[in-house]
Amino acid sequence: MGIVLDNLSKIETLPGGEIALATSDSLINWARTSSLWPLTFGLACCAIEMMAAYAARFDFERMGVFPRPTPRQADVMFVAGTVAKKMAEPIIRIYKQMPEPKFVIAMGGCANCGGPFYDSYSVVKGVDKIIPVDVYLPGCPPRPEALMYAVIKLQEKIRKMKVKNGSGATPLQATGSRKLS
Amino acid sequence: MTKETSTAIKADQMFINFGPQHPSTHGVLRIALTVEGEVVIKARPDVGYLHRGMEKLFEARNYSQALVLTDRLDYTSAMHNNLAYCLAVEKLAGIEAPLRAQYIRVLVSELNRIASHLVFFGTFGVDMGAFTPFLYAFREREMALDLFEMLCGGRLLYSYMRVGGVSADLPPGWIEKCREFITFFKPRLKDYDTLLTSNPIFRSRTEGVGVIGAERAVSWGLSGPSLRGSGVNFDVRKNDPYCVYDKMNFTVPLGKTGCCFDRYYCRMLEMGQSAEMVLQCLDALSGAELNPGEVMAKGVPKMFKPAAGQAYAHVEASRGDLGFFAVSDGGLNPYRMHVRGPSFINVAILQEILAGCKIADVVAVLGSLDIVLGEVDR
Repeated sequence: MGIVLDNLSKIETLPGGEIALATSDSLINWARTSSLWPLTFGLACCAIEMMAAYAARFDFERMGVFPRPTPRQADVMFVAGTVAKKMAEPIIRIYKQMPEPKFVIAMGGCANCGGPFYDSYSVVKGVDKIIPVDVYLPGCPPRPEALMYAVIKLQEKIRKMKVKNGSGATPLQATGSRKLS
Repeated sequence: MTKETSTAIKADQMFINFGPQHPSTHGVLRIALTVEGEVVIKARPDVGYLHRGMEKLFEARNYSQALVLTDRLDYTSAMHNNLAYCLAVEKLAGIEAPLRAQYIRVLVSELNRIASHLVFFGTFGVDMGAFTPFLYAFREREMALDLFEMLCGGRLLYSYMRVGGVSADLPPGWIEKCREFITFFKPRLKDYDTLLTSNPIFRSRTEGVGVIGAERAVSWGLSGPSLRGSGVNFDVRKNDPYCVYDKMNFTVPLGKTGCCFDRYYCRMLEMGQSAEMVLQCLDALSGAELNPGEVMAKGVPKMFKPAAGQAYAHVEASRGDLGFFAVSDGGLNPYRMHVRGPSFINVAILQEILAGCKIADVVAVLGSLDIVLGEVDR
């Protein structure tokens, strides 16, 4: 319990130390931040850096980040790479298959705004045109450390979430994905 | 599949979408499978989920800018893409890189081949259900990436080569670091053999699976280790040497039957050959006969206009014969740039060899062809 008590904010221990009181928000958010399971989903070059983040040197798992191959078990989607127009619809479908609360990290220049393909006819210029994004991570490709930083930023965001405001970090997420314009 | 087996277990036909989101498709490939029970009766690869309009974008960039796009074709072996592009443009513009640059080009190409085949080794293991090799492969790969980072600052996409040479000479201490890496890496190949190659489960899942005969491999235009796994001795480095490959001493590993295991093992042996070539390049580069610092052809401006004409150059990339066809109309930008991506041509054979396979073998066959979707869809 020691680790749990250290990590929970707004904690109050009754005299004697046998009962601890905390808000449900802090308890739920603690659980959510500590095991962010991303979807094993790589689009392009950034996916190789994402793989490197899971592998020996960077060891993403120590942050509780453990890849899941199916969207039904995933909390967060790393959009790692260029979103081509043909891929836009599958991405929306995958996003809708993820259970709430769900988060999206746009990894790399392409997922942020089109990146080096800003003038291409077949590229969606930023994944935020089709699904809501929580953290934008620049770079082409971002280093694995940068991806870890993005996850830390997402954890900070999750810690501010309140259950009464719906399940997601942003109001947009409560209403689901945006329509393709 | 024989008639007997199909009637022994009667099952209805079912249509399965393999991908575009699937952990084993190595990107966003979709294979439309028609299955009867466990047996695939029809497979149709559907590409284009990563189509970035690369060939059109080349026409909107000048020759120096277009180099950056080539990295993003086959993103696990960016150096080869850089090299093929530079060779094509150099041919077009009549530029020749200094000898030192050519040695560095071969050196980084082979180092990149090691890094790329390590990704294959790791992910193929994961596809076959062995996760541990992945961690080992990436440990060594990170060391190779550190070397690239020292060289040009990039871990994955380098844009290290330039039209007319390479962007910078080897930094001080690099040669020693590289030697250290190769000394560490060469015994690791034996570890990989104990880890994965001799694993009975791995062997039974890959041996005799997805057999591509030599004739069929040639007629489908396969190249690279996927072709050599079938026993066809074709390697651009030997058959049409570029840079200083004619001075290198290496052998081309060949498979026998053309099954998944042969293709896998060709790549493993290739890594050993690449390590040897890296050492040969390091020996040449540490001598004084190649003028240190002379890594760019003289008088190549940042923006240049090659005379109207066309040129084709190809290199042996990690996945096969990678060619660039450049057409100039005398302007600043290429008039047309076509990429002959080996992955795109290798992926086509899936429709033929997957028919008759079991569903579980689809992953083995796909993994053994080692395609990169950036190059398939361009």
